[in-house]
Amino acid sequence: MTRTIFSALFSHWRRNPLHLITLLAGLALGTALWSGVQAINAEARASYDAAAATLGEGTYAQIVAQDGAAIPQQTYVGLRRAGWLVSPVVEGDLGRVRIVGIDPLTAPRGIGPVSVGGGADLGAFVTGTGQILARADTLAALPETDATVIITPDVAPNTAIVDIGLAQRLLGRAGQIDRLIVLPEQPIKRRPLDTIAPGLIETAPPDSSEVARLTDSFHLNLTAFGLLSFVVGLFIVHGAIGLAFEQRRPMVRTLRALGVPLRRLIWLMAVELATLGLIAGLVGVALGYVVAAALLPDVAATLRGLYGADVSGQLTLRPAWWISGLAIAVGGTAVASAGALWSLARMPLLASAQPRAWVMARQGVALSMLSLTLLMLAGGLAIWGQGLSAGFIMLGALLVGGALALPPLLTLALRFGQARARSPVAQWFWADTRQQVPGLSLALMALLLAMTANVGVSTMVSSFRLTFVGFLDQRLASELYVSATDAAQAERIAAVAMAQGVVVLPILAVDAKVAGQPAEIYGARDHATYRDNWQLLRAVPDAWSVLARGEGVLVNEQLYRRADLDLGTMVPIAPGLELPIVGIYGDYGNPVGQVILNDAVFTRQFPDVTALRFGLRLDPSKVDAFRAALRDQAGVADSAMVDQAVIKAMSLSVFERTFTVTTALNILTLAVAGFAMLMSLLTLAVMRLPQLAPVWALGLPRRRLAALDLLRAVVLAALTGALALPLGLALAWALLAVVNVEAFGWRLPMYLFPMDYLRLGALALLAATLAALWPAWRLSRMPPTQLLGVFRNER
Amino acid sequence: MNVKLIAILLWLPFQAMAQGFAGLGTDAEGFAQPRPDTRLQFPADHGPHPDYRIEWWYLTANLTGPDGTPYGLQWTLFRSALAPRDGQGWDTPQLWMGHAAVTTPDAHYVTERLARGGIGQAGVTAAPFAAWIDDWRMEGPDLDTLRLTASGPDFAYDVGLTAMGPLVLHGQNGYSVKSSAGQASHYYSQPFYQLSGTLTLPEGDIAVTGTAWLDREWSSQPLAQDQTGWDWFSLSFNSGDKLMGFVLRGSSDYTSATWITAEGTTTALPDGAFTAKPLSHHSVAGRMVPVEWRVRLPEKDVDVEIKALNPDAWMATSVPYWEGPVTISGSHDGVGYLEMTGYDD
Repeated sequence: MTRTIFSALFSHWRRNPLHLITLLAGLALGTALWSGVQAINAEARASYDAAAATLGEGTYAQIVAQDGAAIPQQTYVGLRRAGWLVSPVVEGDLGRVRIVGIDPLTAPRGIGPVSVGGGADLGAFVTGTGQILARADTLAALPETDATVIITPDVAPNTAIVDIGLAQRLLGRAGQIDRLIVLPEQPIKRRPLDTIAPGLIETAPPDSSEVARLTDSFHLNLTAFGLLSFVVGLFIVHGAIGLAFEQRRPMVRTLRALGVPLRRLIWLMAVELATLGLIAGLVGVALGYVVAAALLPDVAATLRGLYGADVSGQLTLRPAWWISGLAIAVGGTAVASAGALWSLARMPLLASAQPRAWVMARQGVALSMLSLTLLMLAGGLAIWGQGLSAGFIMLGALLVGGALALPPLLTLALRFGQARARSPVAQWFWADTRQQVPGLSLALMALLLAMTANVGVSTMVSSFRLTFVGFLDQRLASELYVSATDAAQAERIAAVAMAQGVVVLPILAVDAKVAGQPAEIYGARDHATYRDNWQLLRAVPDAWSVLARGEGVLVNEQLYRRADLDLGTMVPIAPGLELPIVGIYGDYGNPVGQVILNDAVFTRQFPDVTALRFGLRLDPSKVDAFRAALRDQAGVADSAMVDQAVIKAMSLSVFERTFTVTTALNILTLAVAGFAMLMSLLTLAVMRLPQLAPVWALGLPRRRLAALDLLRAVVLAALTGALALPLGLALAWALLAVVNVEAFGWRLPMYLFPMDYLRLGALALLAATLAALWPAWRLSRMPPTQLLGVFRNER
Repeated sequence: MNVKLIAILLWLPFQAMAQGFAGLGTDAEGFAQPRPDTRLQFPADHGPHPDYRIEWWYLTANLTGPDGTPYGLQWTLFRSALAPRDGQGWDTPQLWMGHAAVTTPDAHYVTERLARGGIGQAGVTAAPFAAWIDDWRMEGPDLDTLRLTASGPDFAYDVGLTAMGPLVLHGQNGYSVKSSAGQASHYYSQPFYQLSGTLTLPEGDIAVTGTAWLDREWSSQPLAQDQTGWDWFSLSFNSGDKLMGFVLRGSSDYTSATWITAEGTTTALPDGAFTAKPLSHHSVAGRMVPVEWRVRLPEKDVDVEIKALNPDAWMATSVPYWEGPVTISGSHDGVGYLEMTGYDD
């Protein structure tokens, strides 16, 4: 019997291939969007991890030559023999590939070949012709060598790991080392560095926290997008499954009337749906791969700019990713079909099995209540919620609540339209549109969510850009930033600056605990640079003068929020020194608190701290010449001088990339939502025949009916868009003011971008029009016999 | 990265010395093999033998502080060859590993160093004698007068050694058989060092004196395939006599021992003459290790109990094993060192 039932179930798809295609495509698109975003996220993260692991940057202190030259190998051996646990690295480019030579015996665990696949062994790595470990695409770009190549996916992109001996050979740098990784655990009784190798300097692990925070922020964008696309996808899946059931109610009734047990029927339908879900999931994951592969180069470029490290532009297939994509498809199908199967199980055998759109309106009241509850939950969480997970729950409640509120609000709006209508056709148009709302509601909810996501995320990204560029302008007010290695060099820098009439702003800093929070205390010289450029979030009048007199301090937003401070609060800076807060400044990307004091007060309080970092104010056109002077006269290494213009240009290009990605994802979500609408309209087109036929029979031509259908889609999309805008802004607010604060401790100011919203609205209308175009065209070409058939035979 | 995998790949050659002997016992292609007719030449044989797969300079010492507290000290330099050749520069197949430890009655400090030969970071020269890895040194004009240093993150030591007796050759003129199938090594010792110097421990510097025992051994295929580990004893009795004995655990145990008189004359004892039976086990690093033994050598009327000074003397190194000072009681009294390998969890 199972076979017979299956063949009956399949016969429906055979007779309506379009339904099958729409079901599969809906599922596949939802999955594709979800898994595409996930893939991008996963790939970027994997790339960082590999980069960090391969290069040891950001984790370990390093020793380099003061003059930036190579370190002789004998110096390395001398350091080891003096008890310094350091590991040599030599680097260089071979063709376009970065060759990193390491010594696996002394390297800290976790550096180097991330996994030695393909039967590699230490002997083959360090002796003989050696081995080159890299990703497949890197190996392909590598010139021919006699070494064995080993595909190692977890090595950083565009980087090849080789033994240091092989690296020296390949790069023609025998006996030379570029840098030494300092292992975290060093023996006691180690002689000081300058007595062993005077030309070398040890640098602390680079303070990558700021950059890392920014990339985290970027990932939060993507994760939010992933979440949103997941919700959109779920709605689409739900819609597709729900419609598939609606269409088959008569068949189910017939099968049951023929004696098929309900339990078995439901079981078989579940199996059928799981199979379809799996097939659609596979297609979706493959599509997601295409999406990710198309977007990844831009994401990679963004992250390369932000992080300074390579993220591969090439996608690796990760099993976790396949599995999560399939789980979304099958799990989404299960969630979506549970309700439908439940209602099928309770369907009375003799009830009308007709899939009539208005039947769906029944649950309207319950859903409205649910929506209200969810929105109230979101509101409550916004006010009283604590922690990141509360923030995400709030996002979810806001989105789902907003989506569920759509049908009742649409009905309300359409009633309003109907009340204003004069002509019979117009009245029929509004009434009929209202009647279609339940049938289209899932597709419209998907559209609503897609638009909401777009408004929310683009507002967030744009606000982020505006804020951050402004922040860079204030923070990087000096034209050049220089780090000295010691007090003597600091004096030489000051002397060179003085000789050239350049203003020196020393950056005095000490780590401390302020108000129970880890914080940095800065001493700032009273200078127009600060007054002109720094914008305070909140401040007492004339805060800079109060600061200059040493009668107050500025704190950053993080400290202000975490320690629950306020303007005027007395802050204990050090024993015997307590000053009131006179201003609060934005400090985006910084994980710890900051306090700014006047430099005179600072020096009095911390006499042992000497400034080793300086901001230098000079004519931007003279920066290059001054750099050269510092290099020649004060011995400052190039790497110790940072040109503000370069940082700014880099940051701006990063944001441009971010936009490319955001825009692409916007268009994709809209396309998916548009597809959901097309699907629903196609299904409704068949179901609505009994309602259209009488209107046609009363004299409204098919062409007119089709035009009205098209107009109806546009009206519904426009109304949905009208709701999406406030919901999207609420979403953006939640991301900026709740999630960001919980995740990073700073709040991004929210800006509005009306032109962007207008463009998004136009895109949504376009998507809706495109979705309605085909069903309308089919209606305009529908043979009159089919319309007449409604009267002849009630199916 | 897969630390474990790397660690295994990295220490494959070294595993022959401590544990996981399977697979390495038989594959010694291209490496020189110990031969019974080889006559050891000094000082040349104090230096490395790169044609052999593995080799070590292994010093253990029983020490006493000013207040009578007993201590143990270990300094070991292992050489492990990936291929039977020497060479200068990075691509030498000669790898070096150093282990240093200090054992007190209630603490065990241990650290490890790794290096490649060929660049000067680690190595051994025979005359003047010098063995080193990084800042760790065992060096002197000759093997009779040495200065020994090592340092780790929480301890260091700097001691002087003076040999008060002759070198001792084990087995047949230094040819020491390790299994009934004929696996063997070249093996000699200097068990007569007097030691004095300073231990630096977290609680401060401690002046110590005592005795030390240096083992020199090299081979390419030291164990039979079925042998999984060993228990090695170096015992110094208060009578002045000394006993080196080991049990190689396998499908059937193989024992060997050397009786050393106070004057340095030796008696090589065949398989079965020396026996060692565990009396009690101790849980350390997640495995059960025997830390009390009954050791018998009927031929010399030896029937003693061996007890670890600190049962937690676990060497948590790339290749982990147990190594620590012991006290002797029974027919003879004294102190010594115990090494136990192959106790996998």
